[in-house]
Amino acid sequence: MKLARDTWLIFQRQLHLLLRNPVWVFVGVFQPVMYLLLFAPLLKPALGAPTQAEAYKIFVPGLLVLLAIFGGLFQGFGLIAELRAGVIERSRVTPVSRLALLLGRSLRDVVSLLAQAVIITLLALLFDLRVFIGDLLLAFLMLALIALMTSAVSYGVALKVKSEDALAPLMNTVAQPVLLLSGILLPLAFAPGWLQGVAKWNPFSWAVDGTRALFNGDIGNDRVWQGLTIIAVLAAAGVYWAARQFARSVR
Amino acid sequence: MIETRGLRKSFRSRAGRETKTVEAVRGVDLDVPASEIFGFLGPNGAGKTTTLRMLATLIEPDGGQATIAGADLLKDPGEVRRRIGYVAQGGSTWDESTAREELVLQARMYGIGKTEAHRRAARALEAFQLTEFADRKCKTYSGGQRRRVEIALGIIHEPKIVFLDEPTTGLDPQSRAHMWDEIRRLRADGMTVFITTHYLDEADALCDRIAIMDHGELVAEGTPTDLKREISGDVVQVGLDVVATGEAEKLLDGEEYVNRLETLEEGGLRLFVDDGATAIPRILRRIDGAGLDLKSIELHRPSLDDVFLTKTGRSLRES
Repeated sequence: MKLARDTWLIFQRQLHLLLRNPVWVFVGVFQPVMYLLLFAPLLKPALGAPTQAEAYKIFVPGLLVLLAIFGGLFQGFGLIAELRAGVIERSRVTPVSRLALLLGRSLRDVVSLLAQAVIITLLALLFDLRVFIGDLLLAFLMLALIALMTSAVSYGVALKVKSEDALAPLMNTVAQPVLLLSGILLPLAFAPGWLQGVAKWNPFSWAVDGTRALFNGDIGNDRVWQGLTIIAVLAAAGVYWAARQFARSVR
Repeated sequence: MIETRGLRKSFRSRAGRETKTVEAVRGVDLDVPASEIFGFLGPNGAGKTTTLRMLATLIEPDGGQATIAGADLLKDPGEVRRRIGYVAQGGSTWDESTAREELVLQARMYGIGKTEAHRRAARALEAFQLTEFADRKCKTYSGGQRRRVEIALGIIHEPKIVFLDEPTTGLDPQSRAHMWDEIRRLRADGMTVFITTHYLDEADALCDRIAIMDHGELVAEGTPTDLKREISGDVVQVGLDVVATGEAEKLLDGEEYVNRLETLEEGGLRLFVDDGATAIPRILRRIDGAGLDLKSIELHRPSLDDVFLTKTGRSLRES
């Protein structure tokens, strides 16, 4: 099937280039690791959690979702460099599938995110975090869908604005409220009523709740399937929109 | 090989609050025969890149028709893509990739299988004398080497037509001569080569046929020889310093044997006359009579630059 073949082709190329310079995976993971080591120890007393492990069950899922959102949203910068080098235009004069041009790249980003998520989860295990493997895999599926959506949206926006100078403030402006309204750093259970009301409209807050439930071993929690469904639908929409940007003629 | 009728494209641009429609290409009729090097000339903003990008399926025409290598551009751009190659002006290689990787990827994007893609990449590397650098990253290449990789990328799938957008811009004279040989080799292989250029000597030396575009329309088309023949008469070039140029212009502009007069930026005049042999003594008399210091005087047949000047009203060098 042409789409699968082309996607695999682009994915291989992008992964190959990433592995040639794997330092970027570690640079990406540096900030969350710092949070894990230097911020998380404050949480047990601050949240009034009974044990360190309990505090990590709340914090680590949030941290992983944060990584997926930010990691994805900033992938557009690489695409702008490719646009400038003429690589995208060179691809667009070939009959290669336009959807594959996007999917190959976004799937590379998903793989790179999952590698980072594994590193962080392993580190958290050292701090007595315990989570069932089945629950963890489902949580990673959630992270993969988030990264797929945010990286696709970032590529789509990059194709529209075509400049780093416009992309950086745009992504920051979007990411900041999304981040604060999703209860990533602290659960929104602490929030006043109006803030919880606003956060209900933030899809990422559902994703964070779902991921937390999974880390808590609560796979039956409604937030798990709700979060997965919401994010899956948005990821599909994001991919559809971004693939259209790849197909559209640009001057 | 390429046939277009009434091809057009306009863009909307916004300047402040006003939106303005710019007609970049207003009805282009082109006929490019097979196995020729076809040169597409025009000043910046004439619409030649827009035309090229339409033919290469990168932008959709607003109207008109085009058949490229037998496929309909508007109805079946996918089929056109399979049959053409396109080499952009600004480059198309990724710094961190090697030439071999780029060539294999490009072949595979055209649907060619893995083994065959590797075989073609090896063959292209050899043909373009790149084997030595094949596995080094593109960022280590010289301008000429990189250009050769890009041309190789454009023809890896053996298209019937290849579009080259200013293939020699930015190359040193030696690499440029080398590139001309490569382009002639493509023609010898039976390919139709469509190039844009703003070097008139290049168009003259390399192209079998040229078209000149200005303000979104074709203003001339034909072989370089025919186009030059169209301009009857001779060109007399008079070398003067900048101050004397102004005075000589006033002296000679009204003379009845001067059909047209152009001042040169570096000082001096070009005079289009019917017969150089009778005009030169008269020009000399006027200049001498005014006490102006003459540096040189040359008589030559019209060049493509003169064709360009006649057709567009300005020299390509100043546009």
